[in-house]
Amino acid sequence: MKYLSEYRDPEMARRYFEEINRVTTKPWTLMEICGGQTHSLVRNGILDLLPDKITMVHGPGCPVCVTSVSVIDEAVHLAQKENVILCSFGDMLRVPGSSKSLLEVKSAGADVRILYSPLEAVQLAQQNPGKEVVFFAVGFETTAPANALSVIQADKLGVSNYSILASHVLVPPAMEALLSDPENKIDGFLAAGHVCTIMGMEEYYPIAEKYKTPIVVTGFEPLDLLQGILMTVLQLEKGEHKVENQYARSVQREGNRLAKDSIDTVFSVSDRQWRGIGSIPQSGYEVNDRYKKYNARLKFNLAIPLAEENKACISGEIMKGLKKPFQCPNFGTLCKPEHPLGAPMVSSEGACAAYYHYSSVKTVQTV
Amino acid sequence: MITSCPIPKFDFDIITLGHGSGGLLTHKLLESGVFDLFKNDLLDQQHDGASFSLSGDVAFSTDSYVVTPIFFPGGNIGDLAVNGTINDLAMCGAKAKYLSLSFILEEGLTMEEFWKILVSIKEAANKADVKIVTGDTKVVEKGKGDKVFVNTSGIGIMHPKAKIHHNNIQAGDKIIISGKLANHGITIMSLRKGLEFETTIQSDTTALHFTVMKLLDEYGEAIRFLRDPTRGGPASVLNEIASLTHLGYHLYQSALPIDPQVEGACEMLGLDPLYIANEGIFLAVVRPDVSKEIVSMLNNDSNGTHAAVIGEVTTTNPGKVILSSSIGGQRVVGFLPGEQLPRIC
Amino acid sequence: MCLAIPGKIMSITPKEDETFLMGKVSFGGIIKEVNLSMVPDAAVNDYVLVHVGVAISRIDEEEAKLTFEYLKQIGETNELNQE
Repeated sequence: MKYLSEYRDPEMARRYFEEINRVTTKPWTLMEICGGQTHSLVRNGILDLLPDKITMVHGPGCPVCVTSVSVIDEAVHLAQKENVILCSFGDMLRVPGSSKSLLEVKSAGADVRILYSPLEAVQLAQQNPGKEVVFFAVGFETTAPANALSVIQADKLGVSNYSILASHVLVPPAMEALLSDPENKIDGFLAAGHVCTIMGMEEYYPIAEKYKTPIVVTGFEPLDLLQGILMTVLQLEKGEHKVENQYARSVQREGNRLAKDSIDTVFSVSDRQWRGIGSIPQSGYEVNDRYKKYNARLKFNLAIPLAEENKACISGEIMKGLKKPFQCPNFGTLCKPEHPLGAPMVSSEGACAAYYHYSSVKTVQTV
Repeated sequence: MITSCPIPKFDFDIITLGHGSGGLLTHKLLESGVFDLFKNDLLDQQHDGASFSLSGDVAFSTDSYVVTPIFFPGGNIGDLAVNGTINDLAMCGAKAKYLSLSFILEEGLTMEEFWKILVSIKEAANKADVKIVTGDTKVVEKGKGDKVFVNTSGIGIMHPKAKIHHNNIQAGDKIIISGKLANHGITIMSLRKGLEFETTIQSDTTALHFTVMKLLDEYGEAIRFLRDPTRGGPASVLNEIASLTHLGYHLYQSALPIDPQVEGACEMLGLDPLYIANEGIFLAVVRPDVSKEIVSMLNNDSNGTHAAVIGEVTTTNPGKVILSSSIGGQRVVGFLPGEQLPRIC
Repeated sequence: MCLAIPGKIMSITPKEDETFLMGKVSFGGIIKEVNLSMVPDAAVNDYVLVHVGVAISRIDEEEAKLTFEYLKQIGETNELNQE
């Protein structure tokens, strides 16, 4: 496939590995923010081929993993209402709430549907005028424009039986929260290429400057990741801390203005609870006043209590890069994909599940 | 499938509870169409069961079919029901001879749909040289079924040279796939509400026993193991035998035959083709010295045009399935806990 | 997060309201209807990155090649530094 296959070329990959090995003289800890990047690193077996001096830690870039337990409970509560069709992306279905996941309530008879796009949920609402269609609007900034667009379209079409349960999370506040933690070990970041496709790069310059950390906006294919890692290491070796753009075929400094406009039209920035990390101020999107009739929380008067997370799950330490999944005492034993203790084991983007499903051969030999 | 048999005149357009009751309506349904369609000497005896003689070693298999939607590009639930059980027997090294055919129909299923399925079953059975010799029909209330559930059980004659068992697998053996991956699963996915897309991909449902018998004729014991990777795909089959044999199974991403459209669909939905269902291909673990010849033979067979060696059995990483990615890194291909779901991440 | 993959625009259906601008995009041959309202400059035969049914950027062909040029450039810089 064009613009995919070329970035999986083994000969180019070999040359990148060689160059990375050649230039790395000191130990460096890098974090890739995005779950899709984690997935690609593990799926392509890249981690084992990097020099030992480079440690990759996996950040909280999986919106599925960081969606708080209470929000899952909200979705489950709505799904169980008689006349509600709860629509969701596939990855959300298995995430456990306080007691149930969406998949479990679906098995018990709730009308839960997997959709590829929120725009299809609006069509579903038009086709089912007697029902309330709620879209579980999860994601980072990448998904926010599509979710916003669904609300804008519903409004223009006069579809009143549509609403969204918004649980968006934002990358820059998460990065700040990680970097300001005194235990932080991260030397450099691979920023999320698709988030930056939407938002641009401006937000990262002050962060790089404040914490003296290089940030390279990186794509998702093997060559993208290798180039991003190389660019970050080169900066670290030279003592630099710039913001660079590896993913220039998609990312422009100013981002996608129309996409940003759609976000600003429908959402306002709000505080957000991150599963495993806690509350980070101004780190999420909520439906604003103008579109409040599309806000499922208001429409259904949701007042779900803040839920306790499973104490056995160390997802916070994993997402902060302080521990690797196989260092968790419950990894692979009490906590497995079929009975996860916390979200990073559920979503295949979560660090724990990525390690479990696609684990590096080295890990298999040592675990 | 071509409806070469026009639908006979029934007094009714849809299936009702009465048709499964064993009384007059059942009789009408069976007599005015079903028995004629499947006419053969064993079925014509009209006993509760078929009686016949067999000599030599036989194999016996059963499977149930619940696919939705029941009609899809490349076939329908009827084709799956015939080919699936024939293939299960072939994977044991047996050539299917007789099938039983049982239906659980949901009240409200149209006679037109039911007839199409029956005709497909007849055509698939004829093509595969198997006879439907006994069967059953039940009807459940609307809402208690999913239009049609089918069960077929089959009896086949073992090939004299077949020595197929996972215990025969040895380190050094080669892993072969007989055709392109994931065509069936992606076809079904393309019709699924909320995920639909346009594609020319069709289900690969087909009977594999003629191909398998030819392989056994020529290579006998060198064929250590066969399995058709239906639900759960090749990843599930290989994980199963990895844990049974305590050997390692090493695959190469770049060797996997896959249609560009299937690849496109998997990329779009975030699915791994190794876990997706197939209905017309098989995995073979074979003695390494004949692996290339076997692939050549398959490439000259209509059921094996895209056959390829995709990996080998090793003593390293025992009990695990390992994949070398296209850039040379390695990862473990594990069991999936449940159905693979499309993702946004 | 953010599974977005490149697809080729095969046709565009203009709409009165650009919010509803749709096109047929091919991913390796499968065709999906995609919302193109956020990439209004994209034309038939362009490649766009699609995430959950919405095109989020148009792929810049020139920039796309640079990942392959990058190592070559580094190689040349290294040679210069060694001289």
